[in-house]
Amino acid sequence: MKQKILKSNLIFTLLSIVIGFIIGAIFLVVAKISPAEAYGKLWHSVMDKPKYWMWTFTYASPLIFTGLSVAFSFRTGIFNIGAEGQFVVGSLAACVVGILVDVPAYIHVPLCILVGALAGFFWSFLVAMMKIKRGIHEVLSFIMFNWIAFYLSNYVVNLRAIHKPSSEATKDVMDSARILFPKSLLKLVECKAANWGFVMAIVAAIIIWVIIEKTTLGYKLKAVGSNNSAALYAGINSDRSVLTALGISGALAGLGGAVQVLGMAGRLSQFAGQEGYGFDGITVALIGGSNPIGCIFSGIFYGAMKYGGTKLTMVHAPSEVVNIIMGCIVLCIAISPGIKMALSRLGKKGGK
Amino acid sequence: MGRVSHMDPAVEVIAMKDIVKKFGDFTANDHINLTLHKGEVHAILGENGAGKSTLMNVLCGLYRPTSGQIYIKGKETVFSGPKDAIDQGIGMVHQHFMLIQPFTVLDNIILGVEPTSGLVINKKDARKKIMELSEQYAMKIDLDAKIEDISVGMQQRVEILKVLYRGAETLILDEPTASLTPQEIEGLMDIIANLTKDGKSVIIITHKLKEIMASSDNCTIIRQGKYIDTVDVSKSSENELAAMMVGREVNFKVDKKDQEPGELVLEVKNLHAKDYRGVEVLKGLNLKVHAGEITGLAGVDGNGQTELVEILTGLKKAESGEVRVLGKDIFNKSPKATFDAGVSSIPADRQKHGLILDFAIEDNLIMQHFNEEPFASKGFLQRKAIRKNATELMEKFDVRPRGTEGKPAKTLSGGNQQKVIIAREVTNDKELLIAVNPTRGLDVGAIEFVHKYLVEQRNKGRAVLLVSFELDEVMDLSDRIEVIFDGQITGSVSGKEADEKELGYMMAGGKKE
Repeated sequence: MKQKILKSNLIFTLLSIVIGFIIGAIFLVVAKISPAEAYGKLWHSVMDKPKYWMWTFTYASPLIFTGLSVAFSFRTGIFNIGAEGQFVVGSLAACVVGILVDVPAYIHVPLCILVGALAGFFWSFLVAMMKIKRGIHEVLSFIMFNWIAFYLSNYVVNLRAIHKPSSEATKDVMDSARILFPKSLLKLVECKAANWGFVMAIVAAIIIWVIIEKTTLGYKLKAVGSNNSAALYAGINSDRSVLTALGISGALAGLGGAVQVLGMAGRLSQFAGQEGYGFDGITVALIGGSNPIGCIFSGIFYGAMKYGGTKLTMVHAPSEVVNIIMGCIVLCIAISPGIKMALSRLGKKGGK
Repeated sequence: MGRVSHMDPAVEVIAMKDIVKKFGDFTANDHINLTLHKGEVHAILGENGAGKSTLMNVLCGLYRPTSGQIYIKGKETVFSGPKDAIDQGIGMVHQHFMLIQPFTVLDNIILGVEPTSGLVINKKDARKKIMELSEQYAMKIDLDAKIEDISVGMQQRVEILKVLYRGAETLILDEPTASLTPQEIEGLMDIIANLTKDGKSVIIITHKLKEIMASSDNCTIIRQGKYIDTVDVSKSSENELAAMMVGREVNFKVDKKDQEPGELVLEVKNLHAKDYRGVEVLKGLNLKVHAGEITGLAGVDGNGQTELVEILTGLKKAESGEVRVLGKDIFNKSPKATFDAGVSSIPADRQKHGLILDFAIEDNLIMQHFNEEPFASKGFLQRKAIRKNATELMEKFDVRPRGTEGKPAKTLSGGNQQKVIIAREVTNDKELLIAVNPTRGLDVGAIEFVHKYLVEQRNKGRAVLLVSFELDEVMDLSDRIEVIFDGQITGSVSGKEADEKELGYMMAGGKKE
């Protein structure tokens, strides 16, 4: 029984979260801020009112998407560190179509979401092609593609057709392309950015879970990811699997970008630095144990931390504390195999 | 063989008394005793999963016994970790070598115990010490070669030197001959003799009765975790040992009725191929395999067998030549195309090519058919059918333990992993079955099983190409033996008329008169 608990990943994830908060507390104490006060603020600003919950979900939606993107790539044996760039091109594509194309909402919304997903798909597919045809390592090209996406986005944002004069951003996306809740519902939940993105994220997570666990496609992708040699031996075309896996992973990140623009943001701003949704996706995937359903919960957790973090300034605590906590959690999860081993040793020694 | 024993029965080096090791409810070791004397070669014999490795892991400090005592030179000792065991002079050479491929031999030997002067590694001292050891026990090695460039036999010598370098007085060799050629095995036997002459003790874990007879003083037999007996090898026989291990009489001779070979199934003509370094390894190879016939390919490792099999299964591209299965051209086709043309195979490396270790056993059993009815329907896996298939195959092919269809394949022992692959490939019902070292690392019971299925395939009228480094296996099973040397078939003899000496001569490059 003891061994069983030690082997369970969930316990370790929770333990890692606790450790993350403890280390965050140490930093707060060093900064002469009461951890109790800061964490209290964090808790209350997320939990107290239903409208805070709505904000948390709104923050969580793009994170769940990029988390799914990274988790899916993990499960198929490749590390999609390019979710950042795919997210950016996804949001860019959705934003441009959202501004320039004038069609009724029932076409506009699906169209924007589709081009967002396609943009992410394409961005990742290019990297996959380079890997297969020329043997270029995907991590390298992913990181470069992140920067290409970054500057491409900044370039497009400033084009006259979509740029809003005397601002740092594009014009607003047309209302017909937004995925906000209906006005009456917005009022009811008292959250002006509440949107369907969260629902879409959950649906996407379930679909991805089904693909991984229940379909022949998932079988094939996992086979290539777990043991490429054996998959090849059994006649599975590994090149095509890599293309498919990275394509789907990219589309998920692109969807996240589209949801962010069509939902909460409504426009695209010029970036000063990489926004990090894709990189946050790595955190979400790790905390979620690379399980699509787990990504929903870790995405909500991260969303809550991000949203709560914005209010920490009220108690004069820097919102960066949240990043320290998240970083420590990821670190703990990453080294958990080592901790597990040490603990089970201790357990053996202590027990009979 | 004229073995000289160096055992000193008066000096007990290690005594394990009433060792019990439980994992949860499962008892892996049930009151096992083992006494090792100075200069003794002690074999531990048992089937896969009998508890040999557990016992050895207890001895090298990896596991703590649930109960029982270990005495080192008469003193009761408790190991709290592998380091304690090493400090007591116990060193283990694992079956799967623990070497770092891109490092040199020297670097691998001193890894973790580098002699230093100040902050730098003093390689000069290390080199001198290793050279002394290697001369003392007549183990030839090239200290500056990289592990990835040296033969398996030399890698093993590196592993042995590694434990000697750490001051081992007792060496545990886990399946030491599993991947060696006959020549390398002889070399190993000499090394063991040199070690014991010097007063060191050796424990060998093996299934190969012949080698026990040739190398060991005593043999301890374990069956299903229980201690059966310790026997004086010189007063025992292969049959007696095998019977004690399996718990019943074992049939060494393969039952095989005479049978006329049928139509031509595989035809390889003038095949040329290069290895990954660009060196030509197949130099115009010709080979024919007929239906209802086991064709054995005998040869020393590294004469082109690996490349030939890779080409036949679509994993590797050849330079030129012809490969036909039932008249259909499969030259340089994909693995899927060769499979569809009628080639199934039991790969040499079961963990790399044969199985996806992280996948469930039931998923491994459908690897070539996951996309087909009844295992898939409209893109969805049909769990019920997959489970049913696994339950049936595990029953029929005696994969143990039962009821583990959904557990990852890595939880099975080596022999049972091989049974999973055989179950899958044999039930593919293809015209040609290629089996590469199909019994490597398996125990007597499992070998009997594998051989039975290969012969059954032959009797059913399938063509079987058996590639094996075990000459005995090739001679026992084959209807026809082709000898491969330096990328060509250099001789062909009928299985019945095969003579070990003559084959050995041809395998070394000699021509048949």
